[in-house]
Amino acid sequence: MKWSALFNSSVGRKWTMGLTGIFLILFLIVHVGLNACIWAMDGGVMFNKAAHFMGANVVPRLLEIGLFAGFILHIFQGWSLELSNRAARKKGYAVSLGNKGSKWYSRSMGILGTLLFLFLVMHLAHFWVPSRITGLEPVLIDGKEYHNLYGEMLNVFQGNLPVVVLYSIGCLSLAWHLMHGFQSAFRTLGVSNPRYLKIIENAGMFFSIVVSLAFALMPISMYAGWVK
Amino acid sequence: MQHYTMNLTLKVWRQKNASTAGHFETYPVAEISSEMSFLEMIDVLNEKLIKEGKEPIAFDHDCREGICGMCSMYINGRPHGPWQQNTTCQLHMRAYKDGDTIVVEPWRANSFPVVKDLMVDRSAFDRIIQAGGYISVNTGNAVDANAIPVEKEKADSAFAAAACIGCGACVAACKNSSAMLFVSAKVSHLALLPQGHPEKKKRALSMVAQMDKEGFGACTNTGACEAVCPKGISIENIARLNREYMMAGLSESE
Amino acid sequence: MIDSKIPAGPLEHKWTDYKGHCKLVNPANKRKLEVIVVGTGLAGASAAASLGELGYQVKAFCFQDSPRRAHSIAAQGGINAAKNYQNDGDSVFRLFYDTIKGGDYRAREANVHRLAEVSVNIIDQCVAQGVPFAREYGGLLNNRSFGGTQVKRTFYAAGQTGQQLLIGAYQALERQVALGKVKMYTRHEMLDVVVIDGKARGIICRNLVTGQLERHFAHAVLLCTGGYGNVFYLSTNAMGSNVTAAWKAHKKGAYFGNPCFTQIHPTCIPVSGDHQSKLTLMSESLRNDGRIWVPALKGDKRAPNDIPEEERDYFLERRYPAFGNLVPRDVASRAAKERCDAGYGVGTTGQAVYLDFKFNLINKYGKAEANKLGIANPDTNTLIKLGNEVVKEEYGNLFDMYEKITGENPYEVPMRIYPAVHYTMGGLWVDYELMTSVKGLYALGEANFSDHGANRLGASALMQGLADGYFVVPYTIGNYLADEIATKPISTSHPAFEEAEQKAAARINQLLSIQGKQTVESFHKRLGRIMWDKCGMARDEKGLKEAISAIRQLKAEFWSDVRIPGGSDQMNPELDKAGRVADFIELGELMCQDALDRKESCGGHFREESQTEEGEAKRDDVDYAYVAAWEYQGDSQWQLHKEALQFEVAKPSQRSYK
Repeated sequence: MKWSALFNSSVGRKWTMGLTGIFLILFLIVHVGLNACIWAMDGGVMFNKAAHFMGANVVPRLLEIGLFAGFILHIFQGWSLELSNRAARKKGYAVSLGNKGSKWYSRSMGILGTLLFLFLVMHLAHFWVPSRITGLEPVLIDGKEYHNLYGEMLNVFQGNLPVVVLYSIGCLSLAWHLMHGFQSAFRTLGVSNPRYLKIIENAGMFFSIVVSLAFALMPISMYAGWVK
Repeated sequence: MQHYTMNLTLKVWRQKNASTAGHFETYPVAEISSEMSFLEMIDVLNEKLIKEGKEPIAFDHDCREGICGMCSMYINGRPHGPWQQNTTCQLHMRAYKDGDTIVVEPWRANSFPVVKDLMVDRSAFDRIIQAGGYISVNTGNAVDANAIPVEKEKADSAFAAAACIGCGACVAACKNSSAMLFVSAKVSHLALLPQGHPEKKKRALSMVAQMDKEGFGACTNTGACEAVCPKGISIENIARLNREYMMAGLSESE
Repeated sequence: MIDSKIPAGPLEHKWTDYKGHCKLVNPANKRKLEVIVVGTGLAGASAAASLGELGYQVKAFCFQDSPRRAHSIAAQGGINAAKNYQNDGDSVFRLFYDTIKGGDYRAREANVHRLAEVSVNIIDQCVAQGVPFAREYGGLLNNRSFGGTQVKRTFYAAGQTGQQLLIGAYQALERQVALGKVKMYTRHEMLDVVVIDGKARGIICRNLVTGQLERHFAHAVLLCTGGYGNVFYLSTNAMGSNVTAAWKAHKKGAYFGNPCFTQIHPTCIPVSGDHQSKLTLMSESLRNDGRIWVPALKGDKRAPNDIPEEERDYFLERRYPAFGNLVPRDVASRAAKERCDAGYGVGTTGQAVYLDFKFNLINKYGKAEANKLGIANPDTNTLIKLGNEVVKEEYGNLFDMYEKITGENPYEVPMRIYPAVHYTMGGLWVDYELMTSVKGLYALGEANFSDHGANRLGASALMQGLADGYFVVPYTIGNYLADEIATKPISTSHPAFEEAEQKAAARINQLLSIQGKQTVESFHKRLGRIMWDKCGMARDEKGLKEAISAIRQLKAEFWSDVRIPGGSDQMNPELDKAGRVADFIELGELMCQDALDRKESCGGHFREESQTEEGEAKRDDVDYAYVAAWEYQGDSQWQLHKEALQFEVAKPSQRSYK
């Protein structure tokens, strides 16, 4: 069997979704961990140092390429699956099954994913573009010059309610996307043992809520002035 | 058990054949006993239609005891109607009350084209089985039945998967019209038994390839199939198929 | 004289000798020979698959949308085989003997012995195909016991054995389809056999989707089309089960064997009203664990659980202490009917008896489980709870089905059951090679008059269907086809095909042109009523004669007043049904004729005039030890041929289960 045939099959395409999904989940762990440094209450020192490490070290930079690849694969494969899946039923039902057989967010991964994509574009424009391309204001910490990413966050979120609301919607979409996606990824990769599936489902729920909430609290903290 | 009679309104999909467009027709049905089965209620309506000189509603049905898998009605938004782990033929009218309106549609999926009214063509399932849903053992080749012990738990799981009746409710319920529950039930049934091992890689690869060729969608693990399956086939089987398929595909030498 | 072609020699060597001496067809020639298989149940699917494997060019037909739907799928309890895995005294001879005795000495010894011999191969074959039979913790196969036997020889897969066996055969069939050895025609109904120079050479069938008539040639035709229980309208058969293929063959010269031998199964869910379209069986295996009773008091209206032990009549245990609740089906059915007719029946109609699991739930399973778990002195509730779990594993699907249909929970309330038409032992007469009286035309499984005599034992139908298809016909057909290797395929424009198709078309047009007032269904119901009342569990001369005239009248009315909507060049289920009902009406008359001719009681055939003082069936071996093979001679006219039955090994004795 050719590689292309394997990864173009319905199961192969879902594997791509599952693998990239888990990779993105791992990224979220790193991302939420680093960003949590804004709550160090040190005016962003720790956060800026952490961000610098990620930007200056070669390993994270290489991983960043992988991350982009992962996002692109996940997004485009997702859309392509959504389109072909929808096309498998040209004539629909007059009365739909609705929530009688599945959760609404499980059926809405395409929409939730698209919302997340829009959020991602905005998010990259807010932070990744200035930090990697157009440049950020420098800040001096212990006599050394750092990009002031923390300052940029304050710029974006302080006093800017619409952006904070958009970020909160993004985080909500993320939560629902993960509630289905987390366990679904493992099923797709072949975890069939009910005992482990139970653990994965619970862990997935916990992860979806905690991580998304943590992310949502970041702009809110800045907007509300809990961190300065 | 209290028995009662009821009057109902039925909205039924009518379609002359595969090449014509269909539409809903509304029929009042009166004096339906709560002891009737759903199909017996349709029988009553059909008898009335015939006497009025109209064509009766065509629908698939045969054993009427929930095992042949032929009946296939999408009733008020749910394959096989409101009861859990049930087929249309085993649905009884005590599930409804006087004055209810019931909408009856055929299975909807490109891979299950309508033949007439509520009948659809599920031959795609047969072709998937042809692709590898068997153990290649000619008559007479077998060793003694007790020569290969089978772990009871595995035999029970194989049986649970093999209980699939091939009705297609999973496809009908799935937002993607995916046939993964059907395919995975067969792959699991045979992969769980030692007799099925020699062919398990080829089986998983060929059956999925055929499933894709038939135009079914991909599985997104929503679980709708499991919720409506008359035989309670678990989506664990789908996860098992995902694993069997990729392990088979990745371990190919060419 | 009819020749059953039973091989000479001692009983236990007949089949081996036959196989050793029958003609063979070499592989190169097999490719040139075409075989048609009609019906894809256990017999049809296994035959089509096996013949495809051997190299014949096979065409298989079924009226359902997939071969996997055939009604074999609904068989519940199990399949017998003389494996003796339980070390409880079973053997090929014992299975042979039980089957002959269970059939009330009206089956051929040679056929039945062959059946018992190949039974062991069936289990091997099915396991190799992946049939998930029930197993013990050690990984080996489990068995249960069934009626009419004293050993545990029944292999099972919960209450879905037929389904699992059929799926196995279906998979084997689809494999041959994929390999191009079998061509499958679904939604096709056979409407005639084409006979050329005295040999079956093909069929005419209707494509049920387009309505087109089609002609198909073959060197041999196998009918595996099941039984005709639906002549009674209400039966445990599927809605589509019909006699049409067999009946057309009968009209083309195939004798019909023992048509009056019908099996009334004792444990079915009772009729609830006029709307009833079919009846549902509750597997005989339930009689392993359920005790059958009625109130000892006539007309006792108390709820079953309120009737104390001493006021219950366990009538099977009382009348037949040796076999108790596990007497053969005919005996159990008649005993239930006797109680209900005497006014002891239960339920709203009074046409039901109780099948109660509580005793064994507690005493058999509950206590065993408590022992395993080391619970000392468990109370009744614990025992019931533990017992429920075991019963759920054994019969869960049956209990669920009962609850869906009746709305009652059989774990708590005893089931209400009543006998219902289930199986037909009669069918197309066949010789030892399964060939009908038309050369090259075979009948397999329930469609033939079979190895079950006047009564079939439980779990033997699956055995016979698979035996015929997997292990008998692949040999016997070679013996015929070896002489056909020079026969070139006959063009379907041959006059015989032409004529058969025209006849089929004419009949369809005639049916459609009547445009009367009554529906096909209403005629079928009326036929069923006549058959059940006069040719059901008990028959007498007066009733049978009345039935014959009533059926003739019904037939005339049908052909002048039936109403079929729609046309012939489209999918038209009413038209299909009309053709089947018209054939059932003709068959019904022959059944009554046969029942009238057989003045003895035997197995499922109970003539009121022939019973012992205790009301048991009284067989007459002097005058009736024969197979009645009826030859069609025109409308309502038949010639009876008698195939005398010789019992060299299993000497007939009055059947006793006391």
